[in-house]
Formats: sequence, structure tokens, C-alpha cells
Amino acid sequence: MTKGTTRRGLLKAGMAGAAGLAAGRVHAQAAPDPAIMEPQPWRTFLGDGVDARPYGMPSEFEAHVVRRNVPWLTADAVSSVNFTPLHELDGIITPNGLCFERHHGGIAEVDPAEHRIMINGLVDTPLVFTMADLMRFPRENRVHFLECAANSGMEWRGAQLNGCQYTHGMIHNVLYTGVPLRLLLEEAGVQGNAAWVLPEGADAAAMTRSIPLEKAMDDCLVAFRMNGEALRPEQGYPVRLVVPGWEGNMWVKWLRRIEVGDQPWYHREETSKYTDLLEDGRAREFTWVMDAKSVITNPSPQAPITHGHGPTVITGVAWSGRGTIPRVDVTIDGGMNWHQARMSGPSLDKSMHRFYYEFDWDGSPLLLQSRAHDSTGYVQPTKEALRAIRGENSIYHNNGIQTWAVDSDGNAENVEVG
Amino acid sequence: MKTYLISAAILAAAAPALAQETAPSRDGGFGLGRAALPEEVAAWDIDIRPDGAGLPAGSGNVWTGEELFVDQCSACHGDFGEAVGRWPQLAGGFGTLDGEDPVKTVGSYWPYLSTVWDYVHRAMPYGNAGSLSADDTYAIVAYLMYLNNMVEDDFVLSDETFLDVEMPNAGGFYMDDRDTEELPLFSAEPCMESCADSIEVTMRAAVLDVTPEGDGGGIDLEGGGGGSAAAPAAAEEAPAPEPEGPDPALVAEGESLFRQCSACHQIGEGASNRVGPALNGIVGAEAGTREGFRYSPALAEAGITWTHENLAAYLLDPRGFISGNRMAFRGLRDAAEAEAMIAYLQSAGGE
Repeated sequence: MTKGTTRRGLLKAGMAGAAGLAAGRVHAQAAPDPAIMEPQPWRTFLGDGVDARPYGMPSEFEAHVVRRNVPWLTADAVSSVNFTPLHELDGIITPNGLCFERHHGGIAEVDPAEHRIMINGLVDTPLVFTMADLMRFPRENRVHFLECAANSGMEWRGAQLNGCQYTHGMIHNVLYTGVPLRLLLEEAGVQGNAAWVLPEGADAAAMTRSIPLEKAMDDCLVAFRMNGEALRPEQGYPVRLVVPGWEGNMWVKWLRRIEVGDQPWYHREETSKYTDLLEDGRAREFTWVMDAKSVITNPSPQAPITHGHGPTVITGVAWSGRGTIPRVDVTIDGGMNWHQARMSGPSLDKSMHRFYYEFDWDGSPLLLQSRAHDSTGYVQPTKEALRAIRGENSIYHNNGIQTWAVDSDGNAENVEVG
Repeated sequence: MKTYLISAAILAAAAPALAQETAPSRDGGFGLGRAALPEEVAAWDIDIRPDGAGLPAGSGNVWTGEELFVDQCSACHGDFGEAVGRWPQLAGGFGTLDGEDPVKTVGSYWPYLSTVWDYVHRAMPYGNAGSLSADDTYAIVAYLMYLNNMVEDDFVLSDETFLDVEMPNAGGFYMDDRDTEELPLFSAEPCMESCADSIEVTMRAAVLDVTPEGDGGGIDLEGGGGGSAAAPAAAEEAPAPEPEGPDPALVAEGESLFRQCSACHQIGEGASNRVGPALNGIVGAEAGTREGFRYSPALAEAGITWTHENLAAYLLDPRGFISGNRMAFRGLRDAAEAEAMIAYLQSAGGE
């Protein structure tokens, strides 16, 4: 296996090896396998010592596992989005370097020593905290998904992008460490007529969103760690807001100020954007909660079945802004018959869940779908059911059931069925 | 102005599956942080509300607004708010919201004028956020109202006239009603067996073919094999290496760095002035002389030539090298980046 071997090449080699497979255990091996018979260089020579990689990076053979963008979607990369490669991941945690990015004024490169967090407005004492002050409050650790309200937004008018990275990749799921926003607000003393807060970012967009005080006091975190380490710059280093279960735009990055008020501010991101235009020309506003949703990540257009007939693993992820996901159904015939998938891994509130459905593929074409049920009894709807209520212009909050068609070669495509 | 009660259902949290002890409050607080000074709050608290809260004293008229807009906004939004490329369109779009191709502009969609004022003042012009005075902002907002046929050309917007304005689509929004309109429909136990007579593919992504290159599948619905595997492009004759010119690796690095610049500057064939001047031929040119671009006085009068050395010094510290110039860029990180950038400017824009 040479250093230049591509992943696709590896997959093809595996497929060739499986040719001629009948029932029962694998094919006979005609000649001894060089991968066994010949000593590889890594078996013979010494590798790098410790400290050769002070910050460890993935194997060079995983170089294709990266965030990707769709250039035609936006005017310029400084106000754009890229996508998490869901089809390359398993379990429930998204590695920090693969969490999708969405910026409105590029990545702010903030020096934590010069970062301040201000609480002002309807409080007894407007306060300023340094990062060092923040670290002295009690902390919590919680795993939550962050989904952009526009995730799957390109699919309202029908199947458009070929790959779950593009159709569903505006999501990540991370263990956050942070201070409850409630503690910072209590420290300043929230006044009786307060009803809303306005978090603001320190970036060139000075991002703002209005959040009801009730949510701010309930479960929002002022977070400074993701998966144990400092937030990445593109995720709001040194500190961001975590708003569990609610649309990602509200999770203000590079958080520098929280104002307390008695009315919402109706700023740009909650009026001209992130409002859901319906068929009659009117729009829903303050659509904060992310509805239950799921997607099969493997197989999918970027991750075809390459092993031929026989034991096959279907897997995917599911999440809900209203709670947990106790159940996911999977169909391989486009929704004619459904099977309960097997949930595996931690089932946490407002977190991504992992499901599997294992079956023996006979090589016939498949129409794969998954359907999430959340802990409130909500069942993920079809795209048609959503369109019947919302039309096709809403852009945001598309949580309809996704279909992948798989042909007899194992290649997959984004389709719709009816 | 609307006020809402937040329904308990929105905030309801399911029981966590793992033990989770809430971080405790402390009576009387922790005594952490310090009191914010009034001038510190004033420096950061610039937000405006629909009821006018936060609005500073000041005024601006349509004609002043037009001048500012053409100078500072039109590179992306067009002279008349019609938009350039995929940048936001700011004017027009009336009557489109219930059609097949809704055009959401300040006039056709935005419910409150305060939102426009707040956003322009907070985040515009792109790449030089927060540089507009209160009067500038009033003027630009007045011009946007004029572009949307909301006022005549003699209109003056001020903190006194602000609350008289009602936006055309002010009544076009209502509170999220998914809890009552959708949840009951989407909470039934679904069918598990024999759920349809027949199921057909009705639409395929591969027909549109808009997925970025090199990714994603496409299938053979007829099952004839072959799938989507693209045939590798026929090996092209390797072009003879250029005998001279900048190191290609350096140029590529510079091209990658140039992404920081491309929101404001264009270079190469068809490049035109945007927020910043077009950069064709910049290496070796006299500073501040690109035709049709309105430079800051500091740059126009700098009287220097963009030699390799001057350009490197400028790119590392734009405001330090020519004090008072308007380029909204903090500077490249080091000399190596400056070398790469200059190599790219030479390669893409000639000398």
C-alpha cells in the first residue's frame, strides 16, 4: 500500500476481494495476502517519537475528511457556511476541527486577555467580567447539538445536493463546559420588568439576537470549552453562548455583552433573516426550537456501499430541540415498510443520537429513509407534509424525511419519492 | 409592538439521561467582576429598538444618503440597492412574498425601520464596521427608504421623525405557531407496514447537478452498472514550465491569503473597483491613482510608489505605514505572508 493510495482505491480493492461471494463465509484466498506476507515499513522502522506532533492531527489517510462548502450559495466566504462531513463520522460527538462554520463577518481572532463580557440594561449593577472572572463561577458540562436553522434549506423545492454533508451538515454535537448564563445575570441583579436578553458578539458583524429571559435563566451556558479544550476561533473563542435545542444563529460566538430588556429588539437576524416565509406571504417569527430530525449518514451519496451483497450496516444520526430521541424508524423500500433502528450511545437531552439498522443486502436497489421520534411524541414528518403547511419559500427549519436511492452497484443519490 | 408569552412547551426540558447537578446560585452573588462604568456601557450599547429606544440625536437627508451609499455601499448592493452578484438586494421586491420567487428587501420584507438603522450602524460598511456616524446612518437609511418608494427625495430622517415611519411589511409577521399548527399533526403513531400502494422516485438531485465537483454520487436507476464513477480526465500535456515569474507555490499561498481581501478587492480579468480599488497592475504603480476609485486623502496624497518594499511594509501594517488611510485590514501576519501576497498580486494582476 503506497502512501499515495486513495481511499476510493482502497474501497475498490476491498470490493474486488469480495467478488464471487456466495452464502456463508468469505471467498477462498488463491494466494497468500501480501498485506500479511510482506513486512510493511511501519513494522520494520521506527516511527516519530513523542513531541513530533505536539498537537496531534488525524492520519494522513484521513485527509479527505474535511468541512466543505458550496461556493454558489453565498456572495463571499466571509459571510458563508461550510458543512460537517457527517458521512465520515460515527458515535455522537463531532470533532472540533470538523464542526461546520457559519460566520457573518469572518472569524474574529480574539485575544482572551483583551476580551470583556458586559452585562447591562435592566440590572441592578451593570457588570464587566474578564475571562479570569468567568472561570471562578460554578461550571456545568453538557452535550448539545447546534443546528443552523437553514440546515437542509436548499432542499425545500426538491432534491438538490448530493451528499448528507451538504443536505444535513450544518450541525455539530459537542460537550460544552461553561457557566450558566443565569449565574451571570443573577450576579448583576435582574430587575422585575425584565423579559428578554440580547447577547452580542465581538466580531465584525457584532451579531445580536433577542432571547426570552425565561430561556436565558433556564439552560443557556456561557461556554469556553468544547470537547474539553478551548473553543476553536471559528466557534467563538474565547467564549460563546449555548442555547440548547434552539437554532444555531442564537448561539452568539465571541460573546462580549448581554443586555437585559423588557422587549425584544427585532434586530436583523430575527426579522430579515431567520423568519420563515410561508405560502401566503406572511412569515413566522421567533421560530427558535429545532424540530426532531434524522438522516442516514451511511450509505449516502458521498459514502456508497462498496462491499457487495451480504451483511450491511445502515447508520445515521437523530436529534430534537425538545428532548431526547428514544426511537428511530428505518425503511429500505421508500416507506412501504419500516423497521425500528437500534439506538446506541448516550441518549442526552437536546443532543445528537446514533442509530443503526443492520441487514443482509441482496443487491437490489434501495430507497433509504429514517424517521425520528422524540421524547415528546413528535414524529419527523415527510417533506410533503411540511410543504403542505409551509409552502416552499421558508428556507429555514426543513426537518423533512430524507431519501437516498441506492442502485445495485451501491451508489447513492439524493432523491424524493411519492 | 408585540409582546409574547413564552409557552411552557417551548421551554420544557426532558429529564436528562445522566445525572446532572445544576451549578448552584449563591445568595447575594459571588462578588465577581466589577461595576461597568457608564461610558463603557455607552461605548458598547449601541442597539436600537422599534420603539426608538437607543436612537441617538441626529438627522440625515436622502441626497447625503445617496452620496454615502454610492461611495460606501454600492460596490456590493448596487447604486440603487439592486445588488451585485449574490450580495443582498435592498430595494424593490414588492408583491413577491407570496410568489414563486420572493425577493426580501428592506422595503418588501423588513418589519421595522429600527432594524435597518441598527444594522447599518452596527455592521456596515462591510469590512469597516462601526465607522458610520449617527448622521451618516440617518442619511443612508433615508436613502434606502427613498429607493423603496417610501419617501420623496426631499425627505429628512431624524430621531424626531423616526417613529412616524411604518414599514410596508410591518404586519407581515406572526409568532411561531408550530405548537398548535404542526405538533398535533406530527404526533400520531406512524404506519409501519404496507404503508403505500406504490412508491416511485419523483425527483433526483443528479438532474440539477449543483453539488460541488468531486463529491457526491449519482446513481444508475436502470441498474445497468457503471454508476456515477467519472472517467478520469484524459491526461493533458503538461505545460512547459514558465521560464520566469514568481514561484508557483508562493503564488498559490498568496492566492489563498487573498481570500481575506476579496470581500473588498478584485484582481485579474474584468476586475473592477469595489469597496477597495481593483488591484491589476498594483505592483510598481503610483499609490492612489487607480482610475475611478475615491481614495482617502491620506492615500491620494501619499506620493509613493508601490515598490516591492513599500507594498510589503503596507501589507504588514496598513494604518501604521500610511496613517489615516481607510483600508479596513489589520495587516498580514509576517514577512513570508507579504512575499506570498506580492507574488500573487504580480501573477494575477501583472505589473
